[in-house]
Amino acid sequence: MGKVNDAYDTIVIGAGHNGLVTAAYLARAGQRVLVLERSERVGGAVATEDVFPGFKFDTGSHRIERFHPSVVLDLRLAAHGLEIVASDPSVFAPTPEGHHLLLWRKAESSIESIGKLSAKDAERWKAFCGLVAKAAAFLESIYDNPPPDPLSNSRGDLWQLFRLGRRLRGLGKRDMLEVLRILPMTAKELLDEWFETDVLKGCLGSQGISGVLQGPMAAGTAYLFLHHQVGRKDGALRSTARVRGGMGNLARALAEAARQAGAEIRTKAPVGRILVKDGRAFGVALNDGGEIKAGRVVSNADPRHTFLELLDSTALSPEFLRAVRNIRFKGVCARVNLALKELPNFSCLPGEGPHLQGAITIAPSLEYLERAYDDAKYGEPSQEPYLEAVIPSLNDPDLAPAGRHVMSIFVQYAPYQLKDGAWDSIKREALGDRVVQTLAQYAPNLESAILHRQVLSPLDLENAFALTEGNIYHGEMTLDQLLFMRPVAGCSRYKTPLAGLYLCGAGTHPGGGVNGASGYNAARQILQEKRNN
Amino acid sequence: MLRGTPFHTRTAPLCQAQNWRRWAGYVVASSYELTHEHEYHAIRSAAALIDVSPLYKYLIRGSDAERFINHVVTRDVSKCAVHQVMYGPWCDEAGKVIDDGTLQRLGEDSFRLTSGEPNLRWLQDIAVGLRVSIEDDSDATAALALQGPTSRDILKDICDADLDQLKFFRLTFGRITDIPVTITRTGYTGDLGYEIWVETAQAIRLWDALLDAGRPHGITPTGILALDISRIEAGLLLIGVDYIPTHRALIESRKSSPFELGLGWAVRLEKDGFVGRSALMDEWRRGPAWVVKGLEVDWGSLERNHAVVGLPPQLPATAWRTSVPVYAGKKQIGYATSGCWSPTLKKYIALAHLRSAHAERETQLEMEITVEHQRKRALARVTDLPFFDPDRKRD
Amino acid sequence: MAAAKAYDAVIIGGGHNGLVNAAYLARAGKRVLVLEKRHIVGGATVTEEVFPGFKFSVLSYVVSLLRPEIIRELDLPKHGLEILPLESTVTPMPNGDYLGRWADHDLTRRELYRHSPRDAEAYDDFGTLMYHLAYAVKPIMGMVPPDPTSLRPRDLRSLLRLGKHFRGLEPAHFYALYKLMTMSSADYLDEWFECEPLKATMSASGIIGTFLGPRSPGTAYVLLHHYMGEIDGVFRAWGFAKGGTGAVAEAIAAAARRLGAEIRTEATVSQVIVKHGRAVGVALEDGEEISARVVVSGLDPKLTFLKLVEPGELPADFLGAIRRYKIRGSSGKVNLALGELPSLTCLPGNGPHLRGAISISPSVEYLERAYDDAKYGEFSRHPYMDIIIPSMIDPGMAPPGKHVMSIFVQYAPFELNGGWNDQKREAFGDAVVNTLAQFAPNIKNAILHRQVVTPWDMQEEYSLTEGNIFHGELSLHQLFFLRPAPKWTDYRTPVTNLYQCGSGTHPGGGISGASGRLAALEILRDG
Repeated sequence: MGKVNDAYDTIVIGAGHNGLVTAAYLARAGQRVLVLERSERVGGAVATEDVFPGFKFDTGSHRIERFHPSVVLDLRLAAHGLEIVASDPSVFAPTPEGHHLLLWRKAESSIESIGKLSAKDAERWKAFCGLVAKAAAFLESIYDNPPPDPLSNSRGDLWQLFRLGRRLRGLGKRDMLEVLRILPMTAKELLDEWFETDVLKGCLGSQGISGVLQGPMAAGTAYLFLHHQVGRKDGALRSTARVRGGMGNLARALAEAARQAGAEIRTKAPVGRILVKDGRAFGVALNDGGEIKAGRVVSNADPRHTFLELLDSTALSPEFLRAVRNIRFKGVCARVNLALKELPNFSCLPGEGPHLQGAITIAPSLEYLERAYDDAKYGEPSQEPYLEAVIPSLNDPDLAPAGRHVMSIFVQYAPYQLKDGAWDSIKREALGDRVVQTLAQYAPNLESAILHRQVLSPLDLENAFALTEGNIYHGEMTLDQLLFMRPVAGCSRYKTPLAGLYLCGAGTHPGGGVNGASGYNAARQILQEKRNN
Repeated sequence: MLRGTPFHTRTAPLCQAQNWRRWAGYVVASSYELTHEHEYHAIRSAAALIDVSPLYKYLIRGSDAERFINHVVTRDVSKCAVHQVMYGPWCDEAGKVIDDGTLQRLGEDSFRLTSGEPNLRWLQDIAVGLRVSIEDDSDATAALALQGPTSRDILKDICDADLDQLKFFRLTFGRITDIPVTITRTGYTGDLGYEIWVETAQAIRLWDALLDAGRPHGITPTGILALDISRIEAGLLLIGVDYIPTHRALIESRKSSPFELGLGWAVRLEKDGFVGRSALMDEWRRGPAWVVKGLEVDWGSLERNHAVVGLPPQLPATAWRTSVPVYAGKKQIGYATSGCWSPTLKKYIALAHLRSAHAERETQLEMEITVEHQRKRALARVTDLPFFDPDRKRD
Repeated sequence: MAAAKAYDAVIIGGGHNGLVNAAYLARAGKRVLVLEKRHIVGGATVTEEVFPGFKFSVLSYVVSLLRPEIIRELDLPKHGLEILPLESTVTPMPNGDYLGRWADHDLTRRELYRHSPRDAEAYDDFGTLMYHLAYAVKPIMGMVPPDPTSLRPRDLRSLLRLGKHFRGLEPAHFYALYKLMTMSSADYLDEWFECEPLKATMSASGIIGTFLGPRSPGTAYVLLHHYMGEIDGVFRAWGFAKGGTGAVAEAIAAAARRLGAEIRTEATVSQVIVKHGRAVGVALEDGEEISARVVVSGLDPKLTFLKLVEPGELPADFLGAIRRYKIRGSSGKVNLALGELPSLTCLPGNGPHLRGAISISPSVEYLERAYDDAKYGEFSRHPYMDIIIPSMIDPGMAPPGKHVMSIFVQYAPFELNGGWNDQKREAFGDAVVNTLAQFAPNIKNAILHRQVVTPWDMQEEYSLTEGNIFHGELSLHQLFFLRPAPKWTDYRTPVTNLYQCGSGTHPGGGISGASGRLAALEILRDG
């Protein structure tokens, strides 16, 4: 109808990886698509940046768990320069007692490493991996589709629920009950049932808390642990992968794919407002005052920003606004990026070696993680934080000058809301010191190896990547904010209560992590809706 | 302890009946004298002074105030002139009434909203992101209603505002003796009358001043029993009695839309989005299922029903507030929610929710009555509201 | 003496669920014997004269969830049940103020308004929502959990009914219920309220008996329990039993006896006798054997299956599940005999507030820190306390002019660093009294006697494994079709003719009697 005059069929707000995926799919389907990005580069929190001369860092996300396989194929990302390399070993976890744990892609290798700490645990490893793989496969089947709607009576939805039920039953009686039983558990309960080795449990449990203001003794953390195992059918728990040349290459490949499909991408074009008339979104107003019309607006921004900042509260119902305001963000992560003149030398495993290829994980026990959480619960950064460090320059020498290295460290907990005032440079550097000191307990040469240091507090993450409260997942990944509850109940299928406005970011099902699933599902949903009309 | 209103130290000694009732967590006099009759007649023939302080009052201010209120209420506030007062309901997203009350436009960007139930949370939650502040003014502001034919004369004696020029549903600022007040020409009696809004600290002095000045004009402190009869005559709904606010309704069927309450005139569907608009639009297209109307119970029918047991009609002395079935033939098609003998109209009247098909004026229905422990039905005729609407109210 | 006599059913444990079970079986004409280890019936539902003239509800102290159908069907008022209302909850605040919630709605609203006008409003809206949710959950409380893996018509029907029931809810209520099941009470209440003592006191009801803090997900659900009573149509179901909670057990026991059940105290069962996979009776500690067609255990699942039944009689899967079953105790009880009433700094002297509960829960952080202590194996230095003074409403509990005070204390972990002993017990008692003295300075002088009950004492004296008052934690993965173990949630067990009827089965804890009743109905189904 009136849309004929619109310059674009779809405007995508934000060129994060999900926004680019959505844009690419819609453009491939023949739509005129415009992506508007506020910063000067695409990719959002998927970024490789020159932080210090000659040293490049993945400043946002620093690893990839499982990029949606269909997206990789459909958008021919490999042809656009994407190469995903698996790390092996995936995890290297030193302990304060001078032991260490290595988890490899091959179960036998992991078992060998675990066996040095506990024969019992080594024996159970395979069975545990098997159970986790089953549960993760079940989750995967939910993730590749819009979330099930438990209340809908439409035939399609009932069919989806039925299929889900069947898949659950398909696990077999015992496993079905077991999966249902462990989903609401705490990571600690789950791991205590299986293992006795502290560092093994700490190392696995850390995946249950990553990005949430919860400790491993909180119900729902078992689910989050499983969430992070989705897509690892081989049972290689905690396996990680990285993008060759830095995460920025993923953003570049996605942008390339989108452009080739016909999408237009404009950077340095911050959107100030979504234009609404007669209860329908019909375009956007840029901060510089320009207005662009489109038949549809898709927001890759997080739900709070989309609904509370880009829209006027009179455009939405009071109950919906209440629900949006109640979404918990509570960012808890910080980043420390180090330019190193030499590699860290770990006391438990001195010198160079394959162990440095893995994610260096400081999570010696579940109690360590829980105590780290205790500090954050009351609004203080952890005295002894959970750390996960990677040294990508080992494989991508281009990231650092010859002989030098870059190390990026994921830090938790650094709560966004501090008890004694907002984050400032003093608190930021104090956090940096604490992180370096913590890691130096395991690698004593670290402090002297540092040439430069960049610390990103949750506030910095919020500013740098437009992440509300610095939450890396666009909303906490807790049980009450997942599936049909994400971002808010009754609005979980990428469509919003405002006609013409859609969401495609990590704030929607299935949620955070660099996987492209939200963008993929959103695009499919939009296209399907179009077909139905 | 439950609290008295800011006038309590004055009203308490006057309350000979020791008859108090609760209102929004306060206690107020049901009637001051042993019967409420004199108080009722003061409303209709002299002047009644009624303590209405328990009303919730919100000050809404800011450059987005008009836009905000227009988004909340069903009436078109852009048409509300400065110093005008508007009555109307506000709804939830489903178009069901949350509350109703008067809105005073104190200035371009400044309003006072009154209501029977608390609404602070609802208002604040909608106001997020707008340039508007909402202040709960309920405790800081006391209110008196001065209602009745001589009320203007009383005010003119002691107030510096130009009351002859103050039209129905307008407001003015002024001083009563030396006390700064806001006077609105509004009320809950359907008669000539005013409501006077004053800072709590000045409440007692205001009471004294009004009573002093009112004596020659027959001013009478008046309680809720008399008020209740007059508001039924005036066809004014009482929240919690004639309708259940959505936030208190336990089941869907207890909720009512403005159309169902006979407040369709206050719904401005043509104005741009407001809370509940699309639901109300749908309802307007279909036509409401219910509507609130007046019932006039047939006197002959009352006599006949009572004659069977050898009695003349027995009617309650005060207004009742119970749900009473209303029938068309054998079928129950509605229920009356409050009713009374109207001393002015000399009629037995009631407010009733009726199925739309049976709500035409002059439709003959039956209302349940109890005669000597037996359920009977009395003939009743559907009427428009209000029952009583004297010219002096507007003149 | 009764050795030769054969019973239709012998019930192990004279706790309230065992007694309810016995009463219902007897009501159906079965010959029933209840065996209780202690000298009195009631289990944790017991009143004892701990100090001369001072009677205490030693453990469980309020009656809130007792199923109305049990009250009706067993005609408990006729057998002496009388529930006196606990009208109010007062939370003293550190700044010398207090937050009160009273029986009168207007008064409560006014009081909340004093602290936060928004909260006063939200409180009513919250109440309305909870009312709906309690109503939505009610059918679950009264049903036998289906086995979701089973294809038996009965289970499928039950599942279908459940699915229909929940899909039939208003979407807003369905989602709210889902949130309640998955959120922490602190997070959930943060969505509604801003007043700290209000949030803390409400969230405290979510942590009672759990080994969780108010910030732990899963605690929001228990908020519902407070509203359950309102929809059950029993006026004033929330209250204190006249004569202490022991009077509830006495009333049920009286009803059971009247219906023909036999109750033996000081009869400790040492073993369930199983022959060819069927339970045929029990053996007592003194060697006596009693045979019965059916054996019902009112004990917790750990005691029943790990102590009374030979491991060989149970499948390994099931045993594993029972071993994994979480039953960590987290609470203690301090009972005080008082020479005078406590005088609260915030509300000095006697007053109606002493007829209700006094909640030491000034802030969510206070509760959370209390939990932190327990998490690492210490009792809380500043514990959460729920205090009532039964003698204020039931003068018979104490000598004239004197009073008894019942203090429910959390947290006191069963697994205390270094273990519980007399010294630790008294240190725990001191922590409680010292904390209370901060709000009621005269308390120390008022104390005549003090009884401190630790989780260890609960296990040793009252047969509650690890001192868990609910016979197992009420966390999501231990509820409904997972309580106490998958596939064995319909009160049956892997041993034919052995049934369970304690709080370790659905719907679990509190003096509700629901498990005892549902188990009886299942037993009768089997004939």
